[in-house]
Amino acid sequence: MRKRVLAAMSGGVDSSLAAALLKDQGYEVIGATMQIWPDVAPEVADDYGGCCSLVAVEDARRVADRLGIPYYVLNLQETFERTVIDDFVAEYTRGRTPNPCLVCNREVKFKALLEKALALGCEYVATGHYARVERDGASGRYLIKKAADRRKDQTYALYTLTQEQLSHVLWPLGGLTKPEVRKLAAAYGLPTANKPESQEICFVMDNDYAHFVGERAPEAFVPGPFVDTAGRIIGEHRGLPNYTVGQRKGLGLTSERPYYVVRLEPERNAVVLGHAEDVYSRGLLATGCNFVAIPELTGPRAAGIKVRYGADETPGTIEPAGSGEGPALAAGAGADGLPGPIVRATFDRPQRAVTPGQAAVFYDGETLIGGGTIERAME
Amino acid sequence: MAETRRVYLDHAATTPVHPEVVKIMDHYMLEAFGNPSSIHSFGREARKGVEEAREQVAALMGATPNEIAFTSGGTEADNMAIQGVAHGRRDVGNHIITSTIEHHAVLHTCEHLEKAGYKVTYLPVDKYGMVDPDDVKKALTPQTILVTIMAANNEVGTIQPSAEIGRVVKEHGQAYYHIDGVQTYGNWPVNVDDLHADLFSASSHKIYGPKGTGALYIRKGIKLVPLVFGGSHERKRRPGTEGVPGIAGFGKAAEIARETLDQRIAHNTALRDRLISGLLAELDYTRLNGHPTQRLPNNANISVEFVEGESMLLNLDMKGIAASSGSACTSGSLEPSHVLLAMGLPHEIAHGSLRLTVGTDNTMDDIEDVIATLPDIVRRLRAMSPLYADKIKGHSAAPLTPAGEEHHHDV
Repeated sequence: MRKRVLAAMSGGVDSSLAAALLKDQGYEVIGATMQIWPDVAPEVADDYGGCCSLVAVEDARRVADRLGIPYYVLNLQETFERTVIDDFVAEYTRGRTPNPCLVCNREVKFKALLEKALALGCEYVATGHYARVERDGASGRYLIKKAADRRKDQTYALYTLTQEQLSHVLWPLGGLTKPEVRKLAAAYGLPTANKPESQEICFVMDNDYAHFVGERAPEAFVPGPFVDTAGRIIGEHRGLPNYTVGQRKGLGLTSERPYYVVRLEPERNAVVLGHAEDVYSRGLLATGCNFVAIPELTGPRAAGIKVRYGADETPGTIEPAGSGEGPALAAGAGADGLPGPIVRATFDRPQRAVTPGQAAVFYDGETLIGGGTIERAME
Repeated sequence: MAETRRVYLDHAATTPVHPEVVKIMDHYMLEAFGNPSSIHSFGREARKGVEEAREQVAALMGATPNEIAFTSGGTEADNMAIQGVAHGRRDVGNHIITSTIEHHAVLHTCEHLEKAGYKVTYLPVDKYGMVDPDDVKKALTPQTILVTIMAANNEVGTIQPSAEIGRVVKEHGQAYYHIDGVQTYGNWPVNVDDLHADLFSASSHKIYGPKGTGALYIRKGIKLVPLVFGGSHERKRRPGTEGVPGIAGFGKAAEIARETLDQRIAHNTALRDRLISGLLAELDYTRLNGHPTQRLPNNANISVEFVEGESMLLNLDMKGIAASSGSACTSGSLEPSHVLLAMGLPHEIAHGSLRLTVGTDNTMDDIEDVIATLPDIVRRLRAMSPLYADKIKGHSAAPLTPAGEEHHHDV
């Protein structure tokens, strides 16, 4: 009997082709788009073509019709609001810079959607992510490996997946380059073959994060001091959610040497500013870590370390630094650290703009070792 | 999909077009294709189709042909009635009475009018989804210009006490009475005089006619401000060249319904009753939604605890069985039914609802298919449900409905 797979279709070219390839490979494919956002007015819907929007649903439906597969829109609005949006707002409120795609992958796509897929008798959820999942013969573990197209590689946003989740995942685009994907999509006659890429966060229109957070948590916008690295007050900021580490624009300060945000200090509602060299750090502490290639990190090991989705990987060392459940968290990471293992990562060369709330992901060559949420940078 | 046999149990959504209807529509597309407003013979032929249909549609509700205006469907008929009365009687009053379980065509129209300064009372319903005529009486004020309450609910099938409500409205004297009759028309006896209706909405595609056609009954003497302006079609109440094939098809469908209504009701009732009793016997923690006896002959609506309606619906779809659950939003995903929530069902139980609506094309084999298929699906889904696992262990504190307690096997 053919294996049934639920192809998560966002309305873009990548997930469209993923569905087409799986169908060709002989899977029984069911197309689905997550409804994650409330119904909006038609004039808004037209302008807003992000992932899983109404426009995206219409595109995905056309692709499913072309492929001759059943297609459903699954309502995950509540889950999305409760996990991704709440976390996004809470993190900004705490002076951190979250990556909502990571939360969406962990809580929505590969959890709530996966549960719906299993309820439909599917064995897998497939997405258009540029990543590869492989089973290691020796250890029996499911491994996440970088995509053939390194520039498109999305493994960074997938480090949270558990072995159980990975056993139900298919990523058909892992071995393809973006140009190949476009060419294949055109060859399949997919209506989305030439659709431009969307880079914005799907639920924030016009990429205006501060406005989005302000609508939901106006209390997070309390003006406070800009202080320099020596502790002197040099101005007033407009509320922590307006700033992120490494930011230069929009500070509203004039000086001979440009100022950059070095860190945010929610405890005293301060934004610490410094000059270009002050934004570099030697390492970081990551909490709530998940390991993919290994069951646990038992000692120091060399790793490629990636501190932001767009950042280049940098060589360094990772070592265990306790666990979020034990006293180590209070001692080492501060009370706000996430539960789960803590990792201390040290860079061979200092890295720019290590930002709390973003993920630190560790690699061994093309294999993803694991990752965690950056709790703080080490100077 | 591998399944070749399909079972359609979503007749409250739409119905297959009767072959006789298709035949007459063909005639009005291929041969009598004229514009009914034209003077020549082509026009006269087309006009004949429209006027015949007007008689047929009127006859199925005990109205006269002049009281029928054709529309694009039930939604337009509802809008035409509610907005037409609201705008036409602004000098008389600004108060409208409706219920919380109406179709969105009514609810959203009322909400729109509220923004324009009208006052709307949304009457509650009891646990069976029924409006109390006494509530209507209490809600009527000197400002009330319209009472609009559906004849039967499209989701749970409860038939409303329309005639009693009509009497209450007539006693008031001033308010007009509109009935959204989309679910009863052609499926249940309708007589606008017995119901004391001033306005009555009907739809073609719910009664084996084509989509895109409906009608509004407008009692002689009732004044409406039209929604659209143009020529003198439909006595200026609904300008625009008549959709002749659709209207003629609707007329034929109404005629067939009138001639076969008794058999239709008997057929549907037998299937529905077997469906309900079969499913409730197979599944524990399952209940019938809506009124046990005062319900549409074609409607079965059940809540299955510990399971999402969406999951049941999609699994049935993969087995070739068409059902419905909740209401679809713009994108096509499901939202919990406002009707079940209005009836006081807890959110999680409303979420686990499934609507199966039978029709003349169904056979008892279809019903047995569902009774043989759905319980397996539910058992598999429950096996995956942490809530159900807790229940089995006896940890659940949720209000539960053990088999047999709240069931209505007597329908």
